[in-house]
Amino acid sequence: MPLLKDGKIADDTWAFVADGDELPAEGHVAVSLARFLTEHETLLAGNHQVGVKLANSEDPGALKPWLDRIGMIALEFPKYVDGRALSQAQLLRRRYGYTNEIRATGQVLRDQLRLMIRSGFDALVIDQADAEAVYAFSSHEFSEFYQAAADQSATIFEKRQQARQVKKPTDERTRNGN
Amino acid sequence: MYRYDEFDETLVRERAKQFRGQVERRLKGELREEHFKPLRLQNGVYLQLHAYMLRVAIPYGQLNAKKMRQLAYVADKFDKGYAHFTTRQNVQYNWIKLAEMPDVLDVLADVEMHAIQTSGNCIRNVTSDHLAGANLDEIEDPRPWCEIIRQWSTFHPEFSSLPRKFKIAVTAGETDRAAVRVHDIGLHMKKNAEGRIGFEFIVGGGLGRTPYIGLTTREWIAKEDLLSYLEANMRVYNRHGRRDNKYKARIKILVNELGLAEYSRQVEEEFAAQNTWEKVVLPQEEVERITAYFAPPKFQTLPVVSSAFEAFKAGGREQARWAKNNLRPHRAPGYISVHIALKPQGVAPGDATSDQMRAMADIGEQYGLDDIRVAHEQDVVYPHVKLDDVPAVYAALKAAGLHASNAGMGSDIIACPGLDYCNLSNARSISVANEIQAVFADPEFEDEVGTLHVNVSGCINACGHHHVGHIGILGVDKKGEEFYQVLFGGRADEKATIATIQGPGLKHEEVAPAIRRVIGKYLELRREPTEKFIDTMGRLGQAPFKEALYASA
Repeated sequence: MPLLKDGKIADDTWAFVADGDELPAEGHVAVSLARFLTEHETLLAGNHQVGVKLANSEDPGALKPWLDRIGMIALEFPKYVDGRALSQAQLLRRRYGYTNEIRATGQVLRDQLRLMIRSGFDALVIDQADAEAVYAFSSHEFSEFYQAAADQSATIFEKRQQARQVKKPTDERTRNGN
Repeated sequence: MYRYDEFDETLVRERAKQFRGQVERRLKGELREEHFKPLRLQNGVYLQLHAYMLRVAIPYGQLNAKKMRQLAYVADKFDKGYAHFTTRQNVQYNWIKLAEMPDVLDVLADVEMHAIQTSGNCIRNVTSDHLAGANLDEIEDPRPWCEIIRQWSTFHPEFSSLPRKFKIAVTAGETDRAAVRVHDIGLHMKKNAEGRIGFEFIVGGGLGRTPYIGLTTREWIAKEDLLSYLEANMRVYNRHGRRDNKYKARIKILVNELGLAEYSRQVEEEFAAQNTWEKVVLPQEEVERITAYFAPPKFQTLPVVSSAFEAFKAGGREQARWAKNNLRPHRAPGYISVHIALKPQGVAPGDATSDQMRAMADIGEQYGLDDIRVAHEQDVVYPHVKLDDVPAVYAALKAAGLHASNAGMGSDIIACPGLDYCNLSNARSISVANEIQAVFADPEFEDEVGTLHVNVSGCINACGHHHVGHIGILGVDKKGEEFYQVLFGGRADEKATIATIQGPGLKHEEVAPAIRRVIGKYLELRREPTEKFIDTMGRLGQAPFKEALYASA
């Protein structure tokens, strides 16, 4: 299935290793949260890039101490109507400041892409012909948003405030004592 | 009334365009029904028994003449010439073709309307007091906050795939006309000890299969904290609400299973953990900008007593009765609020023809400061009418067949569409509602009985709010036959109470006679004519009424 990274087809360099299976000696290795929590010392000390796959019922806060050393977090949409991973992504980006890859897996459909991108996903495993074009379209279907979100688009409320400040610059300067 | 700026306008237009694309993909077979369903639902499109239904949002129930006329146009051009006003202050069309839905959305967008989030597992259209800005007892107009919540919740990226639907209601009156205690979140505007106005925050109310009265998690929360606190609640619900069983997925089940203390602890922890950049705080200028749209109209200085109105009341029994039942006090001297009860005998509650909708628009424009509201009782309301104009308003309503004089009375029944339209339903609602209405066909008898709320649902999903009727009727299916359970003692106001099921269900034809016996018992037992049905029942308990219910005729 194609992997889109920032909207472009990319090679998937991550190997998901099941609990109990032996880890490869090196490379990009992703494991479950449970395995990460018990083996993080070995994992992070080894010759690996480490990724973690979270079930959507798991708390991303559990990864807080290691977030700057984790290269990829995979979140899951077991069904596309199950939006728990959207909250997990928002928490990782906006609460904990995680900046590496957040990957959407599971039932990733084009009509949900915008919500995922806005919530902080930058990688999507998507079963979609012409995935790049669909991404380009879906990510630009809307140009205005009321909410601040992980994608950092300017909100309608911010744009209105800017427009008000442009209208009365002298007032602002006076207020700031300039 | 709020007016869109370029940003609101762009968003609604882009949504209409997006839905056109989704419908095209569906019709071409590129999108499976299974995947299309949540998309159409988030745009108010249901697949009903006979056809697609479109639910159009009327944010907090507010319309003007231009919007009402457009709704009438949609009824004529795309439906069968009528529409149905709902308990969620919205309007529904039952016969629109899927291929034409995108055109309807364009027509709606022309008058700043849409169908966004009128269904689906998202934050639904926010509801409020239909007398906001007009009634005597509110501490502040709740509508600016309804509009702020509307904007905040529209296409919220994190809360668009919730465990289940999510309904928010706001009221600011001492009397709760918005039923905030039976919503997922209810906000009741109140003053704190310092006299600042904020919100009592109520969570986990709801009807449906498992009715609950909402619980107060904060006695008072400041306006500037409202959206951030809402986000904290929504996040706890989105992450921890049950998704294994759709009948246990509403927030009320989460609150109940965790317990109020633990639920509140989780919300408070989430709220406290928000970084400054995660807080949702609107600039004061923005709050003021939105509030300005709801500034009170310039009421004329008028005497408290209008001779024209007094003469009207003395001018005949029918209109005197309408004046007694369908008018509500107004805060400005010489003004009054007018209820149009969309419940004449024998009509589906809440239905109006396109001609009636245009009449309602014309009258509202001419006599009602162009302010028209939809009430959760499925009525339409003019909040601001001069007493002097009441005779003309009545005459015009009468000419349109909109002069039913039963607002708040026994025949002003809330009912869902039932088995006649709905594919969830187990039993007919409209026909049983019509038979109960007939019990009150004699206006003198109906007035003798006085205030009475009868609510009818065709299945346990409770769209007819049977749990909060003074008398509730619930249709059930027993081996292919319709039966109706009767409930007593519910109320949706500030004394919100869930009604109690009395016993075995009755056959369709047994319901109205049984209700007649219950009413007879009330008339026999009440202390005085001013003691309402619900108060007599509160004083004496339900046992004597139950006995009357099941007494053989």
